[in-house]
Amino acid sequence: MAKPTEYVKHIESYVDSSSSPSQQAASVDALAILLKNDLLTLEALVRELDLYLTTTDSIIRSRGTLLLGELLTQLELKPLSDAAIHSLIGFLTERLEDWRALRGALVGCLALLRRKTDVGVVTENDAEAVMKSYMQYLQVQSMGQHDRKLCFELLECLLERYPNAVQPLGNELFYSICEGIDEEKDPQCLILAFHIVEVAAKLFPDPSGPFTSYAADIFEILGRYFPIHFTHPKSEDIGVSRDELSRALLLMQLIFCVFQLAFAATPLFEPFAIPLLLDKLSSSLPSAKVESFKYLGYCAPMYGSDRMAKHGGALWSSVKDVLYTSPQSALSVESESDGGMIFEESDIMVEALILLEGLIQQNSDLLLDMILGDEDINNFICSFPKPWDIHDTPLQLRQQLHSVGRLLAVSAKSSMASCNRVFEKFFPQMMEALGCSVGNHSDESFATEDRALSSRFNYVKGLQLLATFPRSFAPVSLLLFENILLKLVSAITSNFDKKFSWGLELKALVEIGLYIEGYQESEKAATFARIVVDKFVSWISSDEPAMPLSLKMQAICETGMTGISNMLRIVQGMEKAISAKFTQAYVDGNFESVELVIKVLECYSARVLPWFEMNGGSEEVAWNLAAIIWDKIDNSSSVNLTVQNYELLGAAMTAMKQAVRRCSQESQEKIVNRAFRVLSASTLFPLKDSPFATSLSNSEDSYLNHHVDRVSCRDEWIISLYASVVIALRPQTHVQNLKMVLQLFIMALTKGHIPSAQALGSLVNKLPSKTNERHLSQEYGVEEAIDVILTSSIWNFCQSNTLRKCSLFGGGNEIHNTKCLAGLNHTSVHISAIVGLAWIGKGLIMRGHEGIKDITMTFLGVLLENTNNGDFPESCDPIEGKEQEVIPLMKSAADAFHILLSDSEDCLNRNYHSVIRPLYKQRFYNSVMPLLLSSTRQSNSIITRSMLFRSFAHVISETPLSAMISEANKLIPLLLDSLSTLTEDVMHKDVIYNVILVLSAILMDKNGQVAVLENAQAIINQLIGLAAYPHMMVIRETAIQCLVAMSELPYARIYPSRTKVLQAISKALDDPKRAVRQEAVRCRQAWASIASRSLHF
Amino acid sequence: MTLGLINANPVVHAKKKRVARPLDDPHADDAVDPLEIYDYVRDIRDPEHPYSLEQLSVLSEESITVDEKLGRILITFTPTIQHCSMATVIGLCLREKLKDCFPAHFKVDIKVAPGSHADEEAVNKQLNDKERVAAALENPNLRQLVTECLYSSEL
Repeated sequence: MAKPTEYVKHIESYVDSSSSPSQQAASVDALAILLKNDLLTLEALVRELDLYLTTTDSIIRSRGTLLLGELLTQLELKPLSDAAIHSLIGFLTERLEDWRALRGALVGCLALLRRKTDVGVVTENDAEAVMKSYMQYLQVQSMGQHDRKLCFELLECLLERYPNAVQPLGNELFYSICEGIDEEKDPQCLILAFHIVEVAAKLFPDPSGPFTSYAADIFEILGRYFPIHFTHPKSEDIGVSRDELSRALLLMQLIFCVFQLAFAATPLFEPFAIPLLLDKLSSSLPSAKVESFKYLGYCAPMYGSDRMAKHGGALWSSVKDVLYTSPQSALSVESESDGGMIFEESDIMVEALILLEGLIQQNSDLLLDMILGDEDINNFICSFPKPWDIHDTPLQLRQQLHSVGRLLAVSAKSSMASCNRVFEKFFPQMMEALGCSVGNHSDESFATEDRALSSRFNYVKGLQLLATFPRSFAPVSLLLFENILLKLVSAITSNFDKKFSWGLELKALVEIGLYIEGYQESEKAATFARIVVDKFVSWISSDEPAMPLSLKMQAICETGMTGISNMLRIVQGMEKAISAKFTQAYVDGNFESVELVIKVLECYSARVLPWFEMNGGSEEVAWNLAAIIWDKIDNSSSVNLTVQNYELLGAAMTAMKQAVRRCSQESQEKIVNRAFRVLSASTLFPLKDSPFATSLSNSEDSYLNHHVDRVSCRDEWIISLYASVVIALRPQTHVQNLKMVLQLFIMALTKGHIPSAQALGSLVNKLPSKTNERHLSQEYGVEEAIDVILTSSIWNFCQSNTLRKCSLFGGGNEIHNTKCLAGLNHTSVHISAIVGLAWIGKGLIMRGHEGIKDITMTFLGVLLENTNNGDFPESCDPIEGKEQEVIPLMKSAADAFHILLSDSEDCLNRNYHSVIRPLYKQRFYNSVMPLLLSSTRQSNSIITRSMLFRSFAHVISETPLSAMISEANKLIPLLLDSLSTLTEDVMHKDVIYNVILVLSAILMDKNGQVAVLENAQAIINQLIGLAAYPHMMVIRETAIQCLVAMSELPYARIYPSRTKVLQAISKALDDPKRAVRQEAVRCRQAWASIASRSLHF
Repeated sequence: MTLGLINANPVVHAKKKRVARPLDDPHADDAVDPLEIYDYVRDIRDPEHPYSLEQLSVLSEESITVDEKLGRILITFTPTIQHCSMATVIGLCLREKLKDCFPAHFKVDIKVAPGSHADEEAVNKQLNDKERVAAALENPNLRQLVTECLYSSEL
């Protein structure tokens, strides 16, 4: 038990008005702790307080009461006996009379009334006493803001927690509520006041109860606040922090909510509220209108349909006023293209529509009667010029039209019955306005040329609407449907020169097709297929109509995409067309046929095949396409070589790849076998008679002797298409006669036939690696295939060849070589061989095969040997002819690294079922980098070095940054070296660009920061050099951008370079290219400001 | 510094949309044209109001001429009111900005539009006198004002 001296000092300190607020708070806390821990009983305290509570000194009395109140607030959770509560509440109730010590009494009452049941609560009788005392003594509006708030809280608490205690008080209660909340202005008090109204209204729902007589008074007080406006202080105003502003906004939203709740709290407010809101609607203030509509919409369901019915007429007329008589909507920006009918509605209109929707849902008969019976609306729709043209229509009329449309849409939307009513009434008129009458479909002037665009637009739209009308609602006869389709088709046929309307008509047809497909209307579907699809299909191979082929194909494809049955019809048509025209196109080079076949094939690869894949069609289409092409090739004997023919070949190859890659393994095998039969019958195969077992060198030899000069055009077609098939095969697919195929591809690639090289790459990528996994009949695994490929004599030009030498050739290698390559330009064959090898390497590298090492070494060998063998150790002493030959060769060897690592669209990617080992680029990077570095260090020829750096550049620009960034420290010096070496020859400019992109990526990456910092000076120097690189604009631009990035580095690191950079940049300000100049300005700004704002240096 | 604003209620115009230039011929050189200069100076803030010179219609693309061969740039600007004492500050800002954005061999002439300022001649003379410009920029107050206008992020 605490000694009296202990707590008395706290009491005195609190009551003493000279002590600071913090001291007072501390003493309350101290006392509360004593009480909570039972070191001091409430009785003892009250006895001790006795004098302070009853003294005649009003200041001390009020402090004393407040202390008691505060302590009770803190003890809200402490259990107290009923007797103690009773005596305390009795005392405090009495004190409400004492206006000088009021605050303490209010705080105390509130604390006691808010207690939870398990810790002892005030009884209902006591609560009633509090209420009575409240009504008797408290003049709320004469108090200060804080006291008013406490009063409202007390009242709110009584109403909410002791409804039974306050109910009997009836009229008096409302009188005091009215008196209390009248003229209230403080936002926080208002929230409470509104809430009190809501709670009180809910407490007396009975229309004959006391609330009824006071409803008018209370609403009068409430109505004054409508509409609530909040002019929030602007953030520029001094002294309002963002926090305060957001708190104020939050408060405001709360007021809105509470006010709305109070407004709609009881249907008894209806006679007062609705007239007020309707009155406010005629206000000129837009926000008042918006608010009124919002409140009407909110109140309507609360007040109930019976009460709202009285106001139906007034409500409709106000909605109509806003929507129809003076619609406020603005043409939206993009609407011009659509004939100017897209409007952005004002807030008022939006709210009015929401209200209308709510009202119709509440009482649809009444509202629809009014809307449909409205003379203005009727006249408006009937008086519409028929057919009308939107561009002749004045803006206001268009606005009205839009509003009426929205109005009817809202009306129709609410229920099936209302939809039917609206349509019965207005549909015929509207269709007439669109230029198509429902009753008799006269085909008057549709096809005439002079009709304006927009009326055409209407007409097409109308036809589309009619055709897509669900049968169960408004049966459009099949005959009419047919007519509509015929008209649209004839329009499309004759109108191709008007791009916009042509597109509209096609779109309408597509929509109709999609609709039929969606609603399973079989009769209509058949009609659609007969009239539209078949008609379009017949266009493919005929000259009729005379529209451009690309438009024809667009129309055909788009209508086909409406559904699987349509698409199949179209595919049939396209197959027929290819069958009919392919030979013509490919043999004679007939211009029109070539164009047609190219278009159809493009259509296949770009639209039809992807569509079937997406929509789960069968592989039959793909298979048929491949089969047709091979049949045609097989049956024709010779081909004319023209430029178009190459285009045709390209289209055919793409289509072939796309088709084959979608086939199953079985179909692929069939296709590849078929293709091989064609291939083996061609003149490419002198070896077809000889048994395959004969010496490889013989066959190669004989081939090279016979066919070195040129391959016939037909053969090129065959081998290209065959390569396309091979590229797109699945890994499981078995390829027959693999050895011959490999030989063939090898010889083709020496002629620079890239598809063959790609096909070889695909083959080595996909062949099974181990014997036991192998298909039984598969002759070859990847190892054998590589053996065949790498032992071929074509690689032997490279003297330091590290490829496994073929024992077949033995020592006669050199002689053989010279013999078979005689008469050919050495270099070009070598380059083709290197490119081919690169593609093969790409296949290997992707599957992570060891063979790639040998291939890489070959490339390195080419790079190193030609200069290191002493022919010309320095480039300053060039031997004319030799250099001419060697440099392109070395360049192609360096570029081989690009082929190895870059992603290709044409082959060896996921679409073509490649085997891709994860992180293969990273692995290759890690293995090849040391080799490249050591070679660079050893080489002392400028050409070799620059070529090695070219390879290096290809490798780093294709490897993911994340793989290199951890070693950025080692990488950056090399990067800079390569940049300075490569800038010496224009030939390397593309590569330089790639390298500088890698550099900028490192600069931007967080993990590269340390390395960048360490090399800051060197990087900056290199970038300064590149900022003046004369041969390529993007290099200069990127270099300057990198310099901007460098300016972000810590001051001490970069300051020494500042002057140098600024000098270099001031030259860049004079760059011939604008983009560079703009970057230079930014850069100059960035660098100048690291020291000061001034640009002086 | 001043008791009241010189033009308390300026007319504010909408900013024009920035249109990306069509891609130029990659091999030809891009000559300096008025639009390029305008792009640099349009966002300079007015010394008095938180609006750009473009918004206050002090400048327009048409008021800038450039001759790349001779290396000359002429900017004519229109102060918002006749007695605007800020005209010289605006001119100073323009000169400073162009000095940052163009190589030194360009000769920049800055003038107020004929008839747009009460002291037209005096202002023009002051703005094109390099001694006086240099002296003005050595004045710390003026320098600060110019810097604020050029690098302000308020807009």
